[in-house]
Amino acid sequence: MRLFVMVFLLMSLCPFAALCAADSAGAPASQKSITDRSISLPEWKDWKRVFFLEDYNTRIVILGTTLLGMSAGMIGSFALLRKRALMGDALSHATLPGIALAFILATSFGLNGKTLPVLLSGAAISGLLGIASILLIRNLTRLKEDAALGIVLSVFFGAGVALLGIVQQMQTGHAAGLESFIYGKTASMVASDAWLIGSAGLTCMLISICLYKELTLLCFDEGFAHSRGFPVVLLDMILMGLVVVVTIIGLQAVGLILMISLLVIPPAAARFWTEKIFYLSLVATILGALSGMIGSAMSAIFPNLPSGAMIVLVATSMFLVSMIFGVPRGILIRKLRRYQLNRKVDRQHLLRSIYEYLEAHHMLTDDTKHPVPIADLYQMRSWSLAALQNIIQRARQEDLLQTVDGDQVRFTDLGLTEAARIVHEHRLWELYLITYADVASSKVDRDADAIEHVLEPEVISELETLLTQQSSTEILASPHTLQIKPGNSDASVPESGGPDS
Amino acid sequence: MNLLTEALSQWNWYLDGWIIVAGILCSVATALLGNFLVLRKMSMLGDAITHAILPGLAAAFFISESRSSLPMFVGAVIAGILTALFTEWIRGFGKVDEGASMGVVFTSLFALGLVMIVQAADHVDLDPGCVLYGAIELTPLDTVLINGWEIPRVVVVLSIVLLINLLFVVCFLKELKLSSFDPALATTTGFNATLIHYALMTLVAITAVASFETVGNILVVAMFVVPPAAAYMLTDRLGRMIVLSVILAIIAAVTGHISAITVPHWFGYGSTSTAGMMAVTAGLLFVLAALFGPRHGILIVFIRRQFLAWKILAEDIIALMYRIEERDPDRKPDARYLREILFSRALPTGLLLRFLTNQGQITGTNGYYRLTETGRDQARQLVRSHRLWEHYLVEHAGMSAETIHRQAERLEHFTDRQLREKLNEDTIETDQDPHGSPIPPEEQTP
Repeated sequence: MRLFVMVFLLMSLCPFAALCAADSAGAPASQKSITDRSISLPEWKDWKRVFFLEDYNTRIVILGTTLLGMSAGMIGSFALLRKRALMGDALSHATLPGIALAFILATSFGLNGKTLPVLLSGAAISGLLGIASILLIRNLTRLKEDAALGIVLSVFFGAGVALLGIVQQMQTGHAAGLESFIYGKTASMVASDAWLIGSAGLTCMLISICLYKELTLLCFDEGFAHSRGFPVVLLDMILMGLVVVVTIIGLQAVGLILMISLLVIPPAAARFWTEKIFYLSLVATILGALSGMIGSAMSAIFPNLPSGAMIVLVATSMFLVSMIFGVPRGILIRKLRRYQLNRKVDRQHLLRSIYEYLEAHHMLTDDTKHPVPIADLYQMRSWSLAALQNIIQRARQEDLLQTVDGDQVRFTDLGLTEAARIVHEHRLWELYLITYADVASSKVDRDADAIEHVLEPEVISELETLLTQQSSTEILASPHTLQIKPGNSDASVPESGGPDS
Repeated sequence: MNLLTEALSQWNWYLDGWIIVAGILCSVATALLGNFLVLRKMSMLGDAITHAILPGLAAAFFISESRSSLPMFVGAVIAGILTALFTEWIRGFGKVDEGASMGVVFTSLFALGLVMIVQAADHVDLDPGCVLYGAIELTPLDTVLINGWEIPRVVVVLSIVLLINLLFVVCFLKELKLSSFDPALATTTGFNATLIHYALMTLVAITAVASFETVGNILVVAMFVVPPAAAYMLTDRLGRMIVLSVILAIIAAVTGHISAITVPHWFGYGSTSTAGMMAVTAGLLFVLAALFGPRHGILIVFIRRQFLAWKILAEDIIALMYRIEERDPDRKPDARYLREILFSRALPTGLLLRFLTNQGQITGTNGYYRLTETGRDQARQLVRSHRLWEHYLVEHAGMSAETIHRQAERLEHFTDRQLREKLNEDTIETDQDPHGSPIPPEEQTP
């Protein structure tokens, strides 16, 4: 795990480097032009100011966004596994009418509508209403989750926009402050906001840690959880309630629209690094914290970069890095694994072909290792000559084969043992298919061809005890006739049917 | 009513008329494509695309260095298509769940767009609020001259988009239908489901971009999802669903604008955002459709279930009375006794007893009830079904005699005469059920 963290730290610095490079390239001063979008490179004292948290403001903002990223990452990993990644999206939109209505009501009762508790409670109530509507639509109609989310999102947001239209006409109201709920105003975060985020976020994390086992069960096997007597609906409500709380406290920091990304991106990125839910939530928490920290730090260092958006972009770059380089689920590692498997399959095909050729020509009886013409091997499977040469080349490097006169190959000791093992496993599986799966013996070769490469040693030994009463050193005879004509070194094998069909 | 007329007194046919026309055009164009998004379970893609337009707009602005609409339009459409592409890629290559990959893509693009816009904001007024809320109220002000008519530019643009969408849906209805319901089959029948998919995505992007000027970025989603979802509640046929969604979209647009003017008046405010109210009325229409839909409406299903429960209780009552009569022909049960055996509540039992009396199946004297001839026929058939089933379950389904009563109790209510005859064929050799009670005949022999 520690290694992961360090890797991430390094990776998260990449955007820094990229931006710096871009800046220094694009900096030439064309000062007042409309197209002047260059970001002036911060000086050393700016870097120092942010890195050593000299400003009170920077300290607060970085602390707040880091805590927010942590709690969102943790809660989000459960939401992701529950396939509710976009729930945060729907909910964050659904809070708008609550905010507007709370403001209107509070103002008409003569209170200050813009105090945080008023707006937050409004947001929480309409968020919960949104959850209830989503669950109702999903459970009572035949519409699916996505449509339920879309409906709640758009209708609630529409109501919110309509209510904001009214807020703007109020004499006492200054709607301007409400806008910050939508776009975020991270830079103007004050200590009380950070405390609120911190305490609410930590409470959420604590709840989810206490309910860790139950939530895990809910995410993976709802039916089983239900049958074990867990209150599934209640747990579901708790999980979504946590999402609502995190969303609402996050509105302050990164804004309504970007809040969802903190719930989605760190867990989705963490998914590439692990198969275990414990590590998933841990890595997601770390990633969330890092994106909050680095994003707001960058926004503090570089002028003119909104912190909410920067947090998201940092998280996105981490996601991309994870998707490509993640172990064990990233793209590169999966490609590599597939490549290795393909090579293994090719090698085994080659060895088995040679072995069966030798067997068909009765060349296995004595101890001399007879050479096999490559031209004949070429006839045995549907492989191109170039590919065959390639495979032979690799097998030679692994000391399984030797070439004779350039156009013939010969087993080494190692190669012969390996080939015997492969052929043995192939035939065991064929025999199993014939005996237990009632597959016609003329068809088993192809099926066994597909599976022989992935048989585990345990399976082999079990097959052996199941099918043979003999010791496993002896190579089974093929249960079907091998269609290799003796002495066909010239290309006389008919194309149709093929030797290996 | 007074308030309504007062609010509508400010109605201006030129302004409000054009606003409504723009609203209708936008809603219909969006709802047409939305049907397929809902059916393909991609309702949120509309949302994703409409958010992700932002960097396209910003990039187009940076490149063309103007706010003219064509480059902006192209940039936004490209960004929209890219969203669909990226989502598909991340889902495919990264093996990430669809919702999550969508979430990653559109939030990232939105953040990127926000950064780009903030870079430009010092110089130009590129207001994200305008993108989000739309300014449908301003549509009549920006006009073009066509054949001497002053027509709002938005109306022209939206008409073209609507026409394209309509042509697409009509021409490729069969392909869209097939690829929505069974993409694998679509591919095997020889046309490219992926191509149709991306054509649809492109049109979704174009429509979203063309619409965001009128109903605003986020409210496009409402028209993409809500009218088709409501139509989906009303019918099982794709053709009807499309037509219904168009009708609902029109209703939502018209009533949306009217209520934007009138509703705030009731509370003493001026008119509010038309786009917002359109989404809200569409939502209300959806609620109505979900409640009262003829086959899948929540209320209808509930009522149907209630009636079924009552029907079953009524049948249980007369079957019970038949059994009582069978044991002791002189015994007349009262409501209380029936309730105790059937574990039913007082109100429905009382109501059903009255109903059965009205139907002439039972007669009541002083609170004690007795079966009439019709009632006895009915009850005999039920008891016959019950005992035939019990027999069948023991003989052919291999169940033990202790467990069959419950099953037979359930099955007896759904057994018609034909099925009874079939069951009878199997039980021809006996006239007793496994508990030893006689199986009554279908018709009473005089």
